[in-house]
Amino acid sequence: MIARLAPWFSRAADSDLWYSFKRSPSAIISAIVTLIIVLGALCAPIIAPHNPFDLASLNIMDANTPPAWNPDGSMDFLLGTDDQGRDILSAILYGSRVSLFVGFASVLFSMVLGVSLGLISGYVGGRVDSVIMRIADVQLSFPAILIALLIDGIARGLLPRHLHDQLALYVLIFAIGISGWVQYARTVRGSTMVERNKEYVQAAKLIGIGPITILRRHILPNVMGPVLVIATIHLAIAIITEATLSFLGVGVPPTAPSLGTLIRIGNSYLFSGMWWISIFPGIALVALVLSVNLLGDWLRDALNPRLR
Amino acid sequence: MALLDIAQMRIEFASRRGTMVAVDGVSLSLDRGEILGVVGESGAGKSTIGNAVIGLLEYPGRLASGEVHLDGQRIDTLSEPDKRKVRGRRIGMIFQDPLTSLDPLQTVESQLVETMLVHLDLTHKQAQQRAIDLLRQVGIDEPELRVKQYPHQFSGGMRQRVVIALALCCEPEIIIADEPTTALDVSIQAQILDLLRKLCKEKQVGMIIITHDMGVIADITDRVAVLYRGKLVEHGPTAKILGNPDHAYTRSLISAVPRPDIKLRRFPLVTYIEDVRTPAKPVDIATHWLGQRRDFGQQSEGPLVQVQDIGMRFVLKNAFLARNRRTLDAVKHVNLSVAQGEVFGLVGESGSGKSTVARLISGLYTPSGGSVIFNGTNLTELKDEKRMNAFRRQIQMVFQDPFSSLNPRMRVLDIVAEPIRFHKLADNETQVRSVVADLLDVVGLGASAAQRYPHEFSGGQRQRICIARALATRPRFLICDEPTSALDVSIQAQILNLLKDLQEQLGLTMLFISHDLPVIRQMCDRVGVMRHGELLEVADTETLFTTPQHAYTKHLLGLMPQLQVMSTEGLEIETMRA
Amino acid sequence: MLAFIGRRLLQSVLVMLTVALIAFAMFRYVGDPIVSMVGQDTTEAQRAELRERLGLNDPFIVQYARFVGNAVRGNFGISYRQRQPVSDLIEQRLPATLELSFVSALMALAFGIPMGIYTALRRHGALSRAFMALSLAGISLPTFLIGILLILVFSVQLRWLPSFGRGEVIAIGGWTTGLLTPSGLAALILPAITLALFQMTLIMRLVRAEMLEILRSDFIKFARARGLPQRLINFRHALKNTLVPVITITGLQLGSIIAFAIITETVFQWPGMGLLFIQAIGTVDIPVMAAYLVLTAFFFVLINLIVDILYVVVDPRLRVQSK
Repeated sequence: MIARLAPWFSRAADSDLWYSFKRSPSAIISAIVTLIIVLGALCAPIIAPHNPFDLASLNIMDANTPPAWNPDGSMDFLLGTDDQGRDILSAILYGSRVSLFVGFASVLFSMVLGVSLGLISGYVGGRVDSVIMRIADVQLSFPAILIALLIDGIARGLLPRHLHDQLALYVLIFAIGISGWVQYARTVRGSTMVERNKEYVQAAKLIGIGPITILRRHILPNVMGPVLVIATIHLAIAIITEATLSFLGVGVPPTAPSLGTLIRIGNSYLFSGMWWISIFPGIALVALVLSVNLLGDWLRDALNPRLR
Repeated sequence: MALLDIAQMRIEFASRRGTMVAVDGVSLSLDRGEILGVVGESGAGKSTIGNAVIGLLEYPGRLASGEVHLDGQRIDTLSEPDKRKVRGRRIGMIFQDPLTSLDPLQTVESQLVETMLVHLDLTHKQAQQRAIDLLRQVGIDEPELRVKQYPHQFSGGMRQRVVIALALCCEPEIIIADEPTTALDVSIQAQILDLLRKLCKEKQVGMIIITHDMGVIADITDRVAVLYRGKLVEHGPTAKILGNPDHAYTRSLISAVPRPDIKLRRFPLVTYIEDVRTPAKPVDIATHWLGQRRDFGQQSEGPLVQVQDIGMRFVLKNAFLARNRRTLDAVKHVNLSVAQGEVFGLVGESGSGKSTVARLISGLYTPSGGSVIFNGTNLTELKDEKRMNAFRRQIQMVFQDPFSSLNPRMRVLDIVAEPIRFHKLADNETQVRSVVADLLDVVGLGASAAQRYPHEFSGGQRQRICIARALATRPRFLICDEPTSALDVSIQAQILNLLKDLQEQLGLTMLFISHDLPVIRQMCDRVGVMRHGELLEVADTETLFTTPQHAYTKHLLGLMPQLQVMSTEGLEIETMRA
Repeated sequence: MLAFIGRRLLQSVLVMLTVALIAFAMFRYVGDPIVSMVGQDTTEAQRAELRERLGLNDPFIVQYARFVGNAVRGNFGISYRQRQPVSDLIEQRLPATLELSFVSALMALAFGIPMGIYTALRRHGALSRAFMALSLAGISLPTFLIGILLILVFSVQLRWLPSFGRGEVIAIGGWTTGLLTPSGLAALILPAITLALFQMTLIMRLVRAEMLEILRSDFIKFARARGLPQRLINFRHALKNTLVPVITITGLQLGSIIAFAIITETVFQWPGMGLLFIQAIGTVDIPVMAAYLVLTAFFFVLINLIVDILYVVVDPRLRVQSK
């Protein structure tokens, strides 16, 4: 196993991608920040000082504590507490979990859906292509957030209350995912149409290889490049969309608050001076999105050989 | 004093892996009214020199040392605004691809006029009038009308004429033409070259033509400079360089050019190029894997491949109503047959339908009419996949573009093994690997190539991989669709030799497609000439070349480059023709 | 050309009908309209009679056609929550959203395009790097966070600008405008910036990317080889070619401003269509949701149509069909 991976590693280490990464300070920093947040989110149950959602452990007397460096603060609650006594730092860790989960899951869903439709559309062409592209065009004229809102609204109307809360997370993933597949499909379709006419595909057909195998073995690996770039940009957008929806109150259920929910809770306290309830989750959100964007930018520039 | 004087030019490119020297100590000179050819293969640095003279070297390239003098004045050290005044006004440039050289959103007139207004002291009206005159001079009909049109309304050859007009509009002293005819059809090429020569002599403009095509060199240049890997190898009057070259590289380069007037037994190897390290292993068909288990069934009577009344209609614009649909008949009523062991050539210009015929025979396209009969079986009527696969094994193809005929993400081993694994032609994986290693030896790459990826190989080597892949199913019939058109002349010779050897050793029947008549003459037994989808004439090669019947064939033969002046040293001549 | 417009119009109508279908399906099948409309103590018989009277037992197509017919006349029924005709609500709120969207779009274009061009032409200058950093902030900050930050700085700390409402508005005909009063304008500033920032950033990046791509093309190289001054190349050749593909995408982007207004209106309590929509989602007020959907679809389709026509007008390659 190691022996099979070894040549891959040496190729990766020698590649232009790694070279460009090493030389780009913003890429390195972004990667580190993203890693920290992801690790923090994954290990939240282990490293969080408190569990903010365990109602039994909350003490209303702790409510509205400012951050630790403030004279009224305490080391117990590094970043302060909210109006119910929940520790902000822990809430951020757990909230990041939800935000990242929804973000990654919706991007994965979009990618699988979009890439598949793009491959089929580009390879088969004809009627199938026209239909898929027409749907894509129509959908493209509506902004993602509207589509996500709509699906969420319909789900809310169709499902009884308790079922809705249980499924809310998945409805959200579906909503954000559905609103994003078009970009992947269009790009993959374009690349597929280019690759389809290339002679190595014709050589494979001459051998007698069937279309599904051709798509899988020959075309798919060669169209994935731009898909990765789109995915990083899309991840940032997905995280923002989820945060926005949660802020508006129509995103994640209150039982699994994300960073957006936290900001919403704190929004009502901005004027009374308790800024930390909104701002710290806000900083975490921005740090995450910024890093993902920087990585995406670096990836796009590194993969584009003509930009030098 | 020479009009243009380049002295000891050295151009470097800084890259991640160190400094690359693209041009090393090149010195050239050009006089008024003279046409200098700069010839070399890819990577020789010829385009780089052109860019450097006009001051358009792109980062990270830079002029490390050397001097360029125009009419006594030094131009390489000028400030950027002064360089700009030289560009277009004293030196004009023509690029290769006419389809992308013009701004698609501006009319031809506005592009001509703006250039003239920048450099010359004319009023707008005067510039407009000159624009019309220029179009007339470059041979565009109805110039008053066409000057107001947009570039996409001109064909490729016409656009190149517009480009020439733009290069000449400010009466420059020198024109640098970088592969001006490479992207054009053969007949248009001849016209453009004539136009360039006429304009140069009339206006006493000095011209540098950068090209890889010996035919162009022989056609219009007065002097020629030969470049190899950035160094000037030899230069002098064209007749001397072509007829009696001094340097070994020039000699081998010339000997590798396919001649229209001589039939060779084999192409000579250009030994100056280090590409050929492993000679191809000869194949003894009696004992080799390639000769075994050829499940072809009985050899039927008559020709191996027969094409009857075949046609191909492409739908260009699909519409609901039948009358709005636009179709193109790429192939119309073509009949031909190829006998067992024969090499049949198909020649024509682009758009003639020859590649389409290849794809129809191989099964990549389904004909709109007619049938393809292989070894007695009508392939067009076969519906059963399994039976179709049996025939797929027997017909294989080598494609034109070595850079897109290999999947960049697959290792060479997997690429060549794919057909073997699919058709289960070997018993187990070990045998597959040994067969692949053997095939790679046969095509002259060596078994160690199997673990590498396509991008690690050059164009010629990639074409060898394609040949290995094509042979992997032990085919009976090999279609070669312009297999060497995208390769350098020296590499072309090697690949053509390889194909010739394999054809003899394996007894292959071949369909050889090309637009290059001299190559066809060297490779094929019988030839068919195609134009606009129709097969105009079929004859034995020598008969076609010496006594052509159809007017179009005569026209094509007339366009062949006159290379008699070139030396015949070192060639294995079979027959000499007039 | 005329045929092209005709085809696009047909497509637009088809899209509108599809959207109307979705809206109608929502209307009819999500939840029970009767239940939402009447109180607890209406009898079964009364409900049945109401059902009959409202035509809820008619076949699908008939109901759909009736819906479309009503929609075209602006009649979307009665809001479940507010007990007012939806059309009245729309009339009240639409001017607010349209004014906000329009001003933001103008801002986004007026700043985004020049910034994009500048950063493409002077790639390595200090100001360019600043703009690029700003653009990174623009796409990394969610709209609502920008709004919150602006409120925090300008309303809470500095007390320069109001943080909610429209200020004083003047009614002209059926329209209410805040542009003619100082308080109206002051109230418009923060929400407009919030809404414009994201779009401005996207436009800037798009223009920059396109322009860099164009500057590398062959005809630009040829123009330089002809000795044309760089300014002429940049602004006559490169710019025109850049703007052509930019037009389509920009048009779509600006259309989406109307949707993003939802967020801004929520943060600033701006009394527009978006706020209405969010409230409707929370209370499952279907008629309002359906109306919003159809209305926004109408705007998008209209903008798309204009953009497509503009595209054909600007690019000569699309004009000449024959030849």
